[in-house]
Amino acid sequence: MLNVGKIEEGFVLDHIQAGQSLSIYEHLQLDKLDCTVAIIKNARSEKMGKKDILKVECDIDMLDLDVLAFINHNITVNVIKNGEIVEKKELVLPQQIKNVIKCHNPRCITSIEQELPHIFILADPEKEVYRCKYCEEKYHNGTKL
Amino acid sequence: MRHLMNPLDFSVCELDTLFDLANDIERNPKKYAHACDGKILATCFYEPSTRTRLSFESAMTRLGGRVIGFADQNSSSAAKGESVSDTIRVISCYADICAMRHPKEGAPMVASEKSGIPVINAGDGGHYHPTQTLTDLLTIRSLRGRLDHFTIGLCGDLKFGRTVHSLISALVRYPGIRFLFISPDELRVPDYITEMLKEKGIPYEEVISLEEVMPQLDLLYMTRVQKERFFNEEDYVRLKDFYILDPAKMELAKEDMLVLHPLPRVNEISVEVDDDPRAAYFKQAQYGVYVRMALILTLLELV
Repeated sequence: MLNVGKIEEGFVLDHIQAGQSLSIYEHLQLDKLDCTVAIIKNARSEKMGKKDILKVECDIDMLDLDVLAFINHNITVNVIKNGEIVEKKELVLPQQIKNVIKCHNPRCITSIEQELPHIFILADPEKEVYRCKYCEEKYHNGTKL
Repeated sequence: MRHLMNPLDFSVCELDTLFDLANDIERNPKKYAHACDGKILATCFYEPSTRTRLSFESAMTRLGGRVIGFADQNSSSAAKGESVSDTIRVISCYADICAMRHPKEGAPMVASEKSGIPVINAGDGGHYHPTQTLTDLLTIRSLRGRLDHFTIGLCGDLKFGRTVHSLISALVRYPGIRFLFISPDELRVPDYITEMLKEKGIPYEEVISLEEVMPQLDLLYMTRVQKERFFNEEDYVRLKDFYILDPAKMELAKEDMLVLHPLPRVNEISVEVDDDPRAAYFKQAQYGVYVRMALILTLLELV
C-alpha cells in the first residue's frame, strides 16, 4: 500500500468521490501555488469503496475552499496545524462561483463574449440552485433547470 | 453612478420620485427643454427597434441634448468582432449616457460593469425591457392616480411576453393587486411567475375567455402573439387571432377600465377601439417619452 506522509500545516481533503480530485485541484487553482500537494486516487474506503484524497501543505489562509461545497458537500476538510487536525471545516455553499460551471444558454451574452467569466449567484441554498449573473438561467449541479 | 438593468432596480419610493418628475415634465415641458444642453445620449442598438430607439432619441432631444448611435449590429463595430465591453469603453469617451439594446441576455449588464457612463437596458433579448415597464407603470399611475388596488387582466401571449413578466414583477410590490391571466393553454404564464405569486399570497386566476372576465377588470393589458417566438408557422397562425378586442367586448367592460398595449399591435385590438376613451395605448407611447426623459435626468443626476 502506498504511504503519503503527514503534513505540518495545511489541509487534508478527504472523502472526495473517486476520480474527482483532479478537477478539484483545478478549481482550487493549486497549480498556481508553490506548495506541496499530494493527490491520492482510488484509496480504499470502508464508507465509499474508493475515494480520492488531496493533501495540501500551505498556510491555511491561502486557500478559498468555498467552491468545494458546490462541487461536493460530502468532502471532509481537515485543517492541519503542527501536524495535528485542529478543525473539521464545515462546507458552506458560496454566494458566488466563478468559472466553475458554464452557462449553456445560447441567448446569454457569455455565449459570444469569450473573455467573460461565467459567474453564478446562489439563488436557493436549500435546493442548491445557482443563477447566471447575466441571463439569470437557473442551474443545479451544473445542469440547466 | 447608477444604471438601469431591471425594472426592480428602483424601489417603489424611487419610482414615485421618478414618476413625479415625469408628470412635471408632462405639465411643464418648457422647464426641461434645456436640462440636457451639452449632453450626449448614445443609442447602441445591436438589433433593430425603431420604436424604443426613437422614444429615447425624442426624450433626449426634448431635453435639449444630442444623440449619437447605431441602429443595428451590422453598422456597428460588433460586425468587426468587437466585444460589448470594448464598445462601451469607447462609447464612454463619446457620450454622457447610453441606452443599449442587444439580442443577447445580460449584454447591457456587461456594458454597465465596464462603463464610465450610466447605461440603460433598452431590451436584452427575451430577458428585460425595464423602460417599457416604467412606461406601463407611469401610464397607469398618471391615468388612474395610483398603482395599488386593481384587478388587472393580462391577455394574449403570456408565455413569451417579457413585458408581461416584467409588469407582473413590478406590480406585485403594490398592495391590493389581483391578476387575471387570459391566454390559450399554449401561451399560459410560466410556472415561475405563478409560483412567485403563490409565495407572496397574491391572488390570480388563469382563464381562456376574455369576455367572461371583462366586467371585473380595472386594467386590460393586451399583447401581441409574436411570430418570431414560434418554431411552427401552423401554431402561430392558429394562435395569432385567438383574442381580438373589439367594441362588442369593450361594452362588457367597466366605464373607466384602461386598455394598454406595449405596441406594435397587429390585429389583437380592432382599430374601432382606438377612439374609445378607455384606449390608452397611444397615450402610453407618449408616457414612454416622459418616463425616459425623467430617467435620463435622474441617471445624469441633473435633478
